[in-house]
Amino acid sequence: MDDDKVFRALGDPTRRKLLDLLCEKNGQTLGQLCENLDMARQSATQHLGILEEANLVSTVRRGREKLHFINPVPLHEVYERWVRKFERQRLNLLHDLKKELEGE
Amino acid sequence: MTRETASFVYVTYIASTPEKVFAAISKPEITRRYWGHENVSDWKPGSKWEHIRANDERTVNIVGKVIEVSPPSRLVISWASPSQADNQESYSRVTFEIEEYEDMVRLTVAHDELEAGSDMATGISKGWPVVLSSLKSFLETGRGLDVFAKPKTA
Repeated sequence: MDDDKVFRALGDPTRRKLLDLLCEKNGQTLGQLCENLDMARQSATQHLGILEEANLVSTVRRGREKLHFINPVPLHEVYERWVRKFERQRLNLLHDLKKELEGE
Repeated sequence: MTRETASFVYVTYIASTPEKVFAAISKPEITRRYWGHENVSDWKPGSKWEHIRANDERTVNIVGKVIEVSPPSRLVISWASPSQADNQESYSRVTFEIEEYEDMVRLTVAHDELEAGSDMATGISKGWPVVLSSLKSFLETGRGLDVFAKPKTA
């Protein structure tokens, strides 16, 4: 919904690590995530807040626990807008090169 | 026997109304335009629903039952591959929640009770982000994305 927030959220190694951890195992609690991070709960909470604000992480309450889920939908939007367009051009170039070299 | 399950929660914000989002999920003539499939059901609790590829073959790719319906805010369905339709264990569950959020709609799709590491779990985790991006694009611009797009390897 807001590209700036997504890019800002991704521009930090701890937050990318948090996304990697959720990619490995989705739906973790803060405590579970902290086990794999050398960091106080409070800083982890702040990082998760920024990821949630960018809609890269969504949370669900289950009883007393708050579970964190990776939400790749904004990443897909960034991919559509910022990667696919350029990828298409690059792949076309590779295709032309291949044709040239192989004399198709 | 307990199996290890996997859950996914996807959220997207769409500049639209809850009614339009609910219709976009439940009306086959709309789903085909951004999902490449028709979601076909009478959407009554206990009824079956089918996810049918919107082409000449009309392959049924997903089947399930309607568990809960309260338009325009909530829809819960079960979800299985047709080849495993007789196996109750193979059914996972999808919950659509539609809430107004400022002047937008917050759509949450929770897919749970999936068998961890199964082909279905892998497939849906690739599929939902594409489908939800396409739905957002469709409702906001009138154009969905090509959900079957693959990298062009020439």
